[in-house]
Amino acid sequence: MSQIMNPPSSSRIKVRPATEREGRKDYISIRDYGFWYGQKKALEGISLDIPERQVVAFIGPSGCGKSTLLRNLNRMNDLVDGIRHEGDITINGRSIYDPGLEVISLRRRVGMVFQKSNPFPKSIFENVVYALRVVGVRDRAVLEEACETSLRKAALWDEVKDRLDDSALGLSGGQMQRLCIARAIANRPEILLMDEPCSALDPIATGKIEELIHELKEQFTIVIVTHSMQQAARVSDRTAFFYLGKQIEYDTTEKIFMNPSQAQTEAYISGRFG
Amino acid sequence: MANPSDSSTPRGEAFVWFTGLGLIVGLGMVIGLLSLVILNGVTVFWAPQVPVAQVDDGRTIIGQLAQRRIRAGSPADHPRYELQYQVGLRELNGNSYLWVDEAKIKGETFPADVLGLERVENGPAFVRPQSLRKSDGKVIAATDAGFETAFQAEVAAAAVVREKLVEITRHRIGDVNGEMDKARVALRRAEDLKLTEEIAALRKQIAGLEERFVALQAEAKKVVEGGAVASLVSKDAANREVVVPLTQVIRGWFPNRLDTWGRVKLFFSRLGEFVFDEPREANTEGGLMPAIFGTLVMTVFMSLMVTPFGVITAIYLREYAQQGPVLRIVRISVNNLAGVPSIVFGVFGLGFFVYVLGGSIDQLFFADQLKYNNNTPVFGTGGLLWCSLTLALMTLPVVIVATEEALAAVPRGMREASLATGASKWQTIRDILLPASAPGILTGVILAMARGAGEVAPLMLVGVVKLAPTLPFDGSAPFLHMDRKFMHLGFHVYDLGFQSPDSDAARPMVFATTLLLIILVVCLNLGAIWIRNRLRARFKGASF
Repeated sequence: MSQIMNPPSSSRIKVRPATEREGRKDYISIRDYGFWYGQKKALEGISLDIPERQVVAFIGPSGCGKSTLLRNLNRMNDLVDGIRHEGDITINGRSIYDPGLEVISLRRRVGMVFQKSNPFPKSIFENVVYALRVVGVRDRAVLEEACETSLRKAALWDEVKDRLDDSALGLSGGQMQRLCIARAIANRPEILLMDEPCSALDPIATGKIEELIHELKEQFTIVIVTHSMQQAARVSDRTAFFYLGKQIEYDTTEKIFMNPSQAQTEAYISGRFG
Repeated sequence: MANPSDSSTPRGEAFVWFTGLGLIVGLGMVIGLLSLVILNGVTVFWAPQVPVAQVDDGRTIIGQLAQRRIRAGSPADHPRYELQYQVGLRELNGNSYLWVDEAKIKGETFPADVLGLERVENGPAFVRPQSLRKSDGKVIAATDAGFETAFQAEVAAAAVVREKLVEITRHRIGDVNGEMDKARVALRRAEDLKLTEEIAALRKQIAGLEERFVALQAEAKKVVEGGAVASLVSKDAANREVVVPLTQVIRGWFPNRLDTWGRVKLFFSRLGEFVFDEPREANTEGGLMPAIFGTLVMTVFMSLMVTPFGVITAIYLREYAQQGPVLRIVRISVNNLAGVPSIVFGVFGLGFFVYVLGGSIDQLFFADQLKYNNNTPVFGTGGLLWCSLTLALMTLPVVIVATEEALAAVPRGMREASLATGASKWQTIRDILLPASAPGILTGVILAMARGAGEVAPLMLVGVVKLAPTLPFDGSAPFLHMDRKFMHLGFHVYDLGFQSPDSDAARPMVFATTLLLIILVVCLNLGAIWIRNRLRARFKGASF
């Protein structure tokens, strides 16, 4: 059966060699981290370090906890009732659960792009500068400059520069997702979280966003959750594989895809389960 | 044995008819109601031909046909009808309306010289004019060619005089009276506190006002006597001579001479009077301007009060409050508040708003007024403010429920996107959630307005009156007088239908007023729907 399905084998996936850049090796550090939704344990014993200005991909079958972990990095799960955690997550040495650290200031440093593009029902311009507006930036020149910079970085500027005052809801799906990326980077966060950013997009739009990720990692530390093995291999420097709330393997992407040390990882990557 | 479910004969859906029947009955009732109101309401202003009828007891009747009905006790297979004529001339006939057995009417003619008059006092009149004594003393016989033109010119001239008189007696003398009242209260206070200087000043002011009052009265008298008054001499059905001074005539028309265009013009002239003038003759004649204005102002104020209250409450309930049993009880209570009979809100409004709140305001801010003006309350009595507040309270649950649902319907993604950019909860509510749920909130406000504008029972307790001497809005500071009592269309319908001394005269006005109330509520709703649709258009194409 599996032969008929012709699963992607590890040998057919092109892997980009890990780039070594200057920066802290344990920029985001997760230590013995566990997480509960009410009585249900969603994460258990997670420990991994994410280096500065690299792309880390979280992969694994649905329900394995990769999105939960991602959403805990900027404490988006605080919106859910009855949550609990153990262990700690630090960003640049400081715990995100530090009582002296406001959730709002954490989220200003950790931008997020969601699975479904979710532009506000406002103009393209207002969407991009929203993060600046909430910190009280009024200066029109500053806003305009931030808007252009962000849209250029998100490779959307040329497509929308003549209609910045049009509603963002008139854009195509791929444009909307790039707009959401522009919005997430407008206030220059240090980290960018991406929760399956291409799952609702066609291959061309997906390609554009992957190109974007390559460019963005020059400035941002990027954590991306993806269901596409090829995408993980194409964009990430390091990959973590999760299964049933546990971290099975975390290593350079090259190692994970070429020579995984765990049998489960190999089975998943070669499409035998998950 | 074939399986019955395999039968190839198609089967109908019997319940389609059943459910359709429900819709038909409902629609039928609504259409019936609307057509009854529209038919009866619109025909009020139409001027039909007026017959001169000979009755076999020798009487002659000149009057407009008002109703035709089966005589009580007549056999069902051979029903006998009786007719009701509006003959007018209440001061001579005792009653404007007359029932006559249809069988006893020998003949009807429609002579061209029948004249209908709408008068300031004593209701309408239907007469056959003889001559017109013009204001310059000349007399024109009704048979003269220029009679109608001269008559209408004199009516118009008399209307100018009448308006001048109203301006003097009602507005200018009214203003003087108002100032006088204030000065007298101030004088009583000054006398009580023995403020010698103020007493002298106030006495001087009052003397000045009295002088102005006398001068205005003299001016009014001059207006009345100055222009020699034209008058119309005519004969009524019983051949009695009727002399009507034209200052008494608001409108005169020859119902049997008018062409269709003339009737249409008359129709719109009467409609205009109905909408833009003040009522006369115990509200059975004239217009409804004060009631329309009162209803509008009250509804707008109600909406202005209920919307922020309701929205703020809903935001707390949905966004901030800890979800749990307590909140569930609060929610159930709020929903049940919508089912409380409106008269209960009226009683609460009277007991709390008027007596407690209004009484306290009077004690705090109008203590002098109470002490030196025979305990006349200012806010401690029914008024526009308390009516708006009472109805706002009554419609609060509608807005709360609608806002909560609208907030809950905002896509989760939008909320998360805002929070993820580092916006605080309040910023998210203000910038994202409220704009996105504005159409839903407005739907709630529309429902609240529809309920509030048509409500009568609680208003009767907290400030609506049969006839308000002044509008709640005028030229003297602070321009909008929230303490004043006002007139309301809903109450007007009740008052005309059940409290009127002349129920025959009030009957057509009931329908016309009802129609106007319906139109007003529809217009308010259309306005709100228009705003909502504009908001919705901004969110169109959202791909959530």
